[in-house]
Amino acid sequence: MPILAALLSGLVFGAGIALAGMINPAKVLNFFDLAGAWDPSLAFVMAGALLVTFIGYRLALRRPRPALAPAFQLPARRDLDRGLVGGSILFGIGWGIAGFCPGGAIPALGLGQPDAVIFVAAMLAGIALARILRG
Amino acid sequence: MTDFTPLHSALGGALIGLAAVLLMAALGRVAGMTGILSGAIFERGRGWRLAFLLGAVAAPALMRAAGVEIAFDSPVPQPWLVVGGLLVGIGVSYGGGCTSGHGVCGNARLSPRSLVATGCFMAAAFATVFVIRHLIGGF
Repeated sequence: MPILAALLSGLVFGAGIALAGMINPAKVLNFFDLAGAWDPSLAFVMAGALLVTFIGYRLALRRPRPALAPAFQLPARRDLDRGLVGGSILFGIGWGIAGFCPGGAIPALGLGQPDAVIFVAAMLAGIALARILRG
Repeated sequence: MTDFTPLHSALGGALIGLAAVLLMAALGRVAGMTGILSGAIFERGRGWRLAFLLGAVAAPALMRAAGVEIAFDSPVPQPWLVVGGLLVGIGVSYGGGCTSGHGVCGNARLSPRSLVATGCFMAAAFATVFVIRHLIGGF
């Protein structure tokens, strides 16, 4: 059952990314191009996602535990550090170069796009590299 | 040019939110692509993560097979995709999340770390596209 629930969540996530246009690097890059071919669509993606999650999380987290697992596993850290800021800035630079973020690139693999494969391979190398550097 | 699609984008966003709520209600987990991806490779308890990834990859393929048109255009030269991919991989590892984990799940919990991370990566992406397209006249 937990595996099926995760599969269903992944399917809904991938369908949302595709429908929203987050799967399309050209659309993502145009969202960031305020001074050029600006396409504000992705602001609507964020608004739709936040609205549903904000309300849904409050309902879900009101229960003592998740339906299919012993406990909620929520990140507890609240401190701000250089890794968070520096890492997020690096991520933003890479996102602005390529037009893919992790949640957009993984579903794009399902479209059989070679560019998505190249990006994901490089991203996995980056994740592995960071893991080595951090020890 | 890409078409402005407020309705499709808001509905797509709502589905992303629904996926996040479902994963939290069922498994108590954050639907962050960074955490799920690195967890699937490096941590124990891979099963649910691999199932989520399989679903995320399969959904667009199934939609297309069902006749739904999904626009895709990657205007970036492939060497720059490698550069971008490396930066994204390193950045999300140090930053502890990406658009889904910080931008949707963390911000929905009003996590201070996620609010700061989102401000940083959005600002950096706007600045990067401005530099590439309007200062150096690239892709």
